[in-house]
Amino acid sequence: MNPGRSIILNRIREALRNNPAPRPHTSHSQADAAAETHGHAQREWLPKVGATLPEQIDLFAKISEGLKTEFHRVPTIDAAHNLLKQLAAAEGWKKIASHSHHDTDSLIQGIDLPVVRTEKGYGIDELESCDAGVTGCEVLVAQTGGVMVSVESAGGRALSVLPPHHVVIARASQMVPDLTAAFEHVKKRYGKNLPSFMSFITGPSRTGDIERILVLGAHGPKRLTVLLID
Amino acid sequence: MATQAADFQTLSRRYTADKPFRAFIQKALGGYYKKRDENKANFQDWQGARDLAAETKYEAVNHLDKYLLEFEQKITARGAKVFWAPNAEAAREYILKIAKENGVRSIIKSKTMTSEEIHLNEALEKEGFGVFESDLGEYIVQLRKEAPFHLVFPAMHLTRRQISDLFQKELGSKATDEPEELTMIARDVMRRKYCEADMGISGTNFAVAETGMISITENEGNARLTTSLPRIHVALLGIEKVLPRLEDLSLFLPMLATAGAGQTMTCYNTMYSGPRQPGEPDGPEQMHIVLLDNRRTELLADAEQRDALGCIRCGACLNVCPIFKNVGGYSYGTTYGGPIGSVITPHLRGLKDWKHLSAASSLCGACTEACPVKIDLHHHLLQNRRNGAKASPAVGEKVAFGGFSLMMGHPALYRLAVVFGRIFQPLQGLVNGTILDPLRAWTGSRNFPKLAPKSFHEQWKKERGGRK
Ligand code: SF4
Repeated sequence: MNPGRSIILNRIREALRNNPAPRPHTSHSQADAAAETHGHAQREWLPKVGATLPEQIDLFAKISEGLKTEFHRVPTIDAAHNLLKQLAAAEGWKKIASHSHHDTDSLIQGIDLPVVRTEKGYGIDELESCDAGVTGCEVLVAQTGGVMVSVESAGGRALSVLPPHHVVIARASQMVPDLTAAFEHVKKRYGKNLPSFMSFITGPSRTGDIERILVLGAHGPKRLTVLLID
Repeated sequence: MATQAADFQTLSRRYTADKPFRAFIQKALGGYYKKRDENKANFQDWQGARDLAAETKYEAVNHLDKYLLEFEQKITARGAKVFWAPNAEAAREYILKIAKENGVRSIIKSKTMTSEEIHLNEALEKEGFGVFESDLGEYIVQLRKEAPFHLVFPAMHLTRRQISDLFQKELGSKATDEPEELTMIARDVMRRKYCEADMGISGTNFAVAETGMISITENEGNARLTTSLPRIHVALLGIEKVLPRLEDLSLFLPMLATAGAGQTMTCYNTMYSGPRQPGEPDGPEQMHIVLLDNRRTELLADAEQRDALGCIRCGACLNVCPIFKNVGGYSYGTTYGGPIGSVITPHLRGLKDWKHLSAASSLCGACTEACPVKIDLHHHLLQNRRNGAKASPAVGEKVAFGGFSLMMGHPALYRLAVVFGRIFQPLQGLVNGTILDPLRAWTGSRNFPKLAPKSFHEQWKKERGGRK
């Protein structure tokens, strides 16, 4: 163990000992604050989300528009499959990447393109040369228009970020109101053994680094398509 | 005068005189204000959210040892290595050691101000490692051999024309006026670098004690690639960035996005707990967390200003600061510019050399108002002034005010001073503001008020002379 550890811990303890900091000027009492930080108080302050599924889907759709996420509601997996084929034809895909997962499997089944599968490992260049990455997800987040992915639900870390077009398939039952609900979902699903990678993807990759002008597809996908099966 | 203070004066004069530059910066920030306000308005109660964020940071910072140990224990259990670096040198040496031991050839980096703080790139390059900044703005300033201009918008001071010229010269690309084309040029260059790099270095926005995770916020996707493809991931983490619970991110991620760039959420908010786990298809074989103190504990020991450790580096205080908007990021000469930089730099790098930054404030309080975690920034600037004056009293000023109060307390002295003033003011007027002027410290940028030809006293006497 490096000596830095005890040096830093000692400095911290020394700094904090008998040296109370003034509490922040807030309108809450201490008791409120303690109760709140442990509960779901954030929901009182953060942007409002409707309680019902249709409201949440509508909110997700509205935010997606602002983010330039291409959000499609489809009645069945077959309809999603047809949409995917149209995308493939329109963009002239030559190769796609995906991973084994019940919905992605049915989504790409019968598509007439070579498919790189990531779940058992892959070559970086092989994945880099794919035109699209097709993945599942953990949940969709209504409040932020976000897609939560993880190693498990999106075929690893890179599949959802390296190819220029990321297509996500989700079911209406995967819609959750907010980030807190998304965290509850993964805790419930994985217990203490959370995936080593989880990400909230909120729109296609972007940058404003040149004159603060928005450009999509900085390093990640230029397009993000979310297919929601009702 | 300390050279840092002199440099600040020279640079801030130069930038303030450059009107087109100032207009350019203000325009770049214009879009930000609009988006930020829209997003704030979506909150049910932005002020309530700020209160909660401040409370959460208060709890975390005031139990820092506890939460760091919990974080260490959890993420170590997942196979990551945690290195505690008391100072910049220890951090640099550790990272160099990993690079050497693993035969690293090429290093890709995503945006991290902490690495600027410890001058990591220089150290790596000196040892012969190629280091590539992958964030577009950082890449641009790296090519220009400059430091980032702003905490969040590193290249906001450059026009597309300048960037096009730079790319033409450094990358041999075609001239273009399109931000999109320029972005794609950088994208193509970087793609190769990701695929080749064997070490990825990232910063960290938040660490979560409960689950042993780090969380990285970014828009471009470069940090995700940096932490996915190379076989080694090194994350720099200032000790103050730990949060108690995973759910705390539900508050901090949207607040960082709103305050930082006027977004609902930043494009990618990614949580990592460890390197690739058994059965996972990709990710690094090794993950190293470099926990950096580098005098953050000095700030921790200052109970009065401890809340400044709650800073989430959103940059909101810079964006609203009338000083920053006019003197720009480079005048400060610090890694962290703007109000927060002026507050913390004296703690991180010494009061003596950096106290002048706290004087560069109108004390308008716009920074404090903008801060999502309610750091009492403008009062801290005042406290730094007080501490600075205590540590090295301004003798001249003391004498001047002593003399002034003596004069004001004694009518005879006052009358004498007025007589002298009448004689010397016309003479002073000849050299007003020049090096010959003994009052130059004042008259260099202001006018000295003219003494009235007849004082109120004298007029009173003359008009109402005999009457009592
Ligand atoms: S001090 Fe507050 S406003 Fe300034 S960068 Fe830090 S968190 Fe943002």
